[in-house]
Amino acid sequence: MTISQDKSATTDDRPATQPALCPDCLNSSTLEPHETRCPSCHSPRLIKHDELLQLGVAHLDCDAFYAAVEKRDNPELNDKPVIIGGGRRGVVSTCCYIARIHGVHSAMPMFQATKACPDAVIVKPDMEKYGRVGREVRDLMRELTPLVEPLSIDEAFMDLRGTERLHGGAPAESLMRLVNRIENEIGITVSIGLSHNKFLAKLASDLNKPRGFSIIGEAETLDFLATLPVGAIWGVGKAMQARLARDGIRHVAQLQKIDESELARRYDSMGLRLARLARGQDSRKIVPSTAAKSISSETTFNEDLSDAKALEKHLWWLAEKTAKRCKSKGVAGKTVVLKMKADRLSSLTRNVSLPDPTQLADVMFDKGRSMMRQVLKEHPEQKFRLIGIGVSGLVDDQLADPLDLADPDKGRRKAAEQAMDSLRHKFGDSSIKKGRSL
Amino acid sequence: MKTIIERSDLLKALNHVQSVVERRNTIPILSNVLLEADNGVLSLTATDLEIEMRERVEAEIVQPGAITAPAHMLYDIVRKLPDGAQVELATDETGGRLNLVAGKSAFTLQALPREDFPAMAQDEMPVAFALPVGDLRRLIDKTRFAISVEETRYYLNGIYLHVLEDGGSPLLRAVATDGHRLARVDMAQPVGADAMPAVIIPRKTVGEVQKLLEEAEGEVSLQVSDTKINFAFAEIVLTSKLIDGKFPDYTRVIPSDNDKMLKLDAKSFAQSVDRVSAISSEKSRAVKLALDKDSLALSVSNPDSGSANDELSVSYGADAMEIGFNARYLMDITGQLDGETATFELADSGSPTLVRDDEDGQALYVLMPMRV
Repeated sequence: MTISQDKSATTDDRPATQPALCPDCLNSSTLEPHETRCPSCHSPRLIKHDELLQLGVAHLDCDAFYAAVEKRDNPELNDKPVIIGGGRRGVVSTCCYIARIHGVHSAMPMFQATKACPDAVIVKPDMEKYGRVGREVRDLMRELTPLVEPLSIDEAFMDLRGTERLHGGAPAESLMRLVNRIENEIGITVSIGLSHNKFLAKLASDLNKPRGFSIIGEAETLDFLATLPVGAIWGVGKAMQARLARDGIRHVAQLQKIDESELARRYDSMGLRLARLARGQDSRKIVPSTAAKSISSETTFNEDLSDAKALEKHLWWLAEKTAKRCKSKGVAGKTVVLKMKADRLSSLTRNVSLPDPTQLADVMFDKGRSMMRQVLKEHPEQKFRLIGIGVSGLVDDQLADPLDLADPDKGRRKAAEQAMDSLRHKFGDSSIKKGRSL
Repeated sequence: MKTIIERSDLLKALNHVQSVVERRNTIPILSNVLLEADNGVLSLTATDLEIEMRERVEAEIVQPGAITAPAHMLYDIVRKLPDGAQVELATDETGGRLNLVAGKSAFTLQALPREDFPAMAQDEMPVAFALPVGDLRRLIDKTRFAISVEETRYYLNGIYLHVLEDGGSPLLRAVATDGHRLARVDMAQPVGADAMPAVIIPRKTVGEVQKLLEEAEGEVSLQVSDTKINFAFAEIVLTSKLIDGKFPDYTRVIPSDNDKMLKLDAKSFAQSVDRVSAISSEKSRAVKLALDKDSLALSVSNPDSGSANDELSVSYGADAMEIGFNARYLMDITGQLDGETATFELADSGSPTLVRDDEDGQALYVLMPMRV
C-alpha cells in the first residue's frame, strides 16, 4: 500500500524516486523514498506519490466548517472548544477539533455534548454567514475550473484534468495553491482528496483531516479499498450493511472477490454498484452545480406555537428572508411552498401556484398565510415546532411580479417593498421593519 | 311514462342539455337527464348543481310520467340512430329501466327515479328584462377570452355584468380580466335592467349560453337575483348560480391619460404578430413592438431557436418607444375587433396599454406589457 499522507510519511518498499510537492512552499522535486521533508523549506507536510502529477479529480472538504468560520470571526475562541448548535432541543451541527477531543461529535444531542465538554463555547449557527463563506470558497474553486460540483455548503468535487498547461502545473500543484489561498484570503482550512474518480477522491479527503492532502492512485486503488469496511462505500447505509452482514460480507475485500454478475444477481442494481465501487471503478462525471430549484427559509421555535398571530409573525419574517435571497440571486418562484411541523406529525407541506412568478415577501406571505390558516383549521389545537416558507419553480426575475389589472393595489405594495429594500441596502437590515414583524 | 318522438327533435334537445352534465361524476344522479312527459310535451333537464338547463320538445305522450337516464349514453344512442327514425321512450313495469326502441333497434338503460333528481331551488328573481340575442352574443364574444382560469382568484372566473350610468346614458356593461388583460364592453341599458345587481357569471355558464345564442334568434329574457341568473330562450331555460365574490375595482386600472396614439390595420397587425411569434418559445411569447414615426417593427427573439422581424406601416406621431406584449394576448384582442383599424393608446413600456376598436366605440381592451 502506498498512500501518501501529509503528516505520517508512509514507508515505500519500492526503491524508485517519486515526484514530490510541498504544500507549504510549493517546491516541486523528485525524491528518494527515505526523504520525507521538503528539500527547500524542510516542511514535514511534503506530499510524495508516484501518480502525484497525473491525478486530477479532487474532493475539497472544509475542516469543521461552521466552527472554523466562528473562530475566524472571533479569535478569542481559537483555543477553546467550540460547538455550533442551538436551541434547547438542538443537536450539535459542527464542533471544532478541540471539542472533538472531548468526545463531542456532530448530530450529538446538545445536552449530551455540554455534559461531555462543559467548557465548550456554544455558538448559535448563523447559516447566512456560512453560506456566504461557502460561496467564497466555491468562487475560488471556480477560478481554477468551471467543473465544480458542490455536494453541500462546505464540500465539492472539482475536475482539474487537462488544466496543466492553463495553470502551469499539475492539478496537485493548483490544488495546493488553492488551499493556501483559502487559508490566507478566507481564513479557514480545508482538506483535499485527490484521485482518479469521484468515489475515491471523496474517500481520500477524509483520510487525514484537518489540513489534509491525501492521494489514492490507480496503482493502490484495489489494495486500499480492500482494507475498508463495506460501510465506506458510497450509498451503503445501515440497511445494506445489515443485508451484506447476513451474507457474511463485512469488508470490501470480500466484495472484490465476488464476481460482478453474481453481486448484481444477489443485490440487483445496488449489487452492480457495489462490484464497481469495491474495485474503485466510478465513471460518474463531475457536473457543475445546476441552479437551485427552490429557495426557502424555515425556523424551529423555542416553544411550540399554535397561535395564528404568533405563527404569522414568524411567517412574515421568513417570507422577507426568502424574498431577500430571491432578489439577491435575481430569481423569482412560480410556486409558494409552506412547510409546518408538529411534534407528533410528520412535516406538512402545502403549495400554491402563482399566475406570475414572484420575488416579493408580500406575495409569499399572503399565499403562505392563507395556506397556514387552512392547516390550522385542519389541525385545531395542534402546536407546531417549525414553520418554513419558500418558492420553487425558479425563473429569471425578468417576468416577476408584473402589475396586475385585477389587483390595483399591487403596484403600490410592490413599490413599498422596493423602497424598504433600498433603505435596508443603505442602512442595514434592521433599519426598517413592517408593523407585522414586531 | 311512454312517449314517441322524432329522432332529430330529441337529438337537438339532448345535445343542448347533455353539455351541462359533467363527464366524471361522483354522484350518479348527476350523470342523468330528467325526462318528463306530459301534455304533449317532453321536457329534458340536466344539472351539475351549478347550472340547470331545461328544454321542452313536442312529443306524442302515450302515458305521462317521468324518469332519469344517463345523459351522455342516451345522447350517444340517439345520435347513432338513423335519420328520420321515430323513437319510443318507455319505462318498464318496475320503473328501474328505460326502454328505447327505434325501428328494429332496442336499448334498455339503467334508470333512476325522478325523485332522486336534484331540482334547483326556484328563487324569486326580482329583475327581469329582455335583450336582442345579437347584443348578448356581442357582450360575451368580446369579453370571454379575458376570463381568468386561476382558481385561487375565483372572483375572476367569470364575466362581471352590471349596470351603470356613463355621461347620462344608462349602460349594461360586461367586464372580464385575468390580471394580464381586461375587456370591457358596453351596450345601451335594456328597459327593466336598471335595478339589476352587479353579478359575476361563471365561465361554464358563459360557454353554455354562448352555444345557445349561436342557434337562437330574436330576444333572450334574463332574470337576475343576487345569487342566480336565468336565461330564457324560446324552448330552453338555463338557470345558473352566480360567483359569490367581489369583482375588483377595474375602473382604477383603465388608463385615462395615455397620450401616444398608434393607429394600425387590425388584420395585417394580427397576421404579423402571428408570423413573428412562430419562433417564440412556449414559455415566453413576448413580441417586441418598436415604434417610430409611422412605422412599427415587430420582433421576437428566442435564444433556443433564433429571431424574427417584421415591419408594418402605421399611423404614429409620438416619440419613438419600445414595448413588449404577450403574442397570444395581442391576437386574442385583435380577434375580437369589428373594425378594420384599431387604436393603441400607450404611455410607456411598463404601463397598461389601451386598445380601442375603431368601429365599435363601446368596446375597450387593456393590456399589460411584458418586459422584453
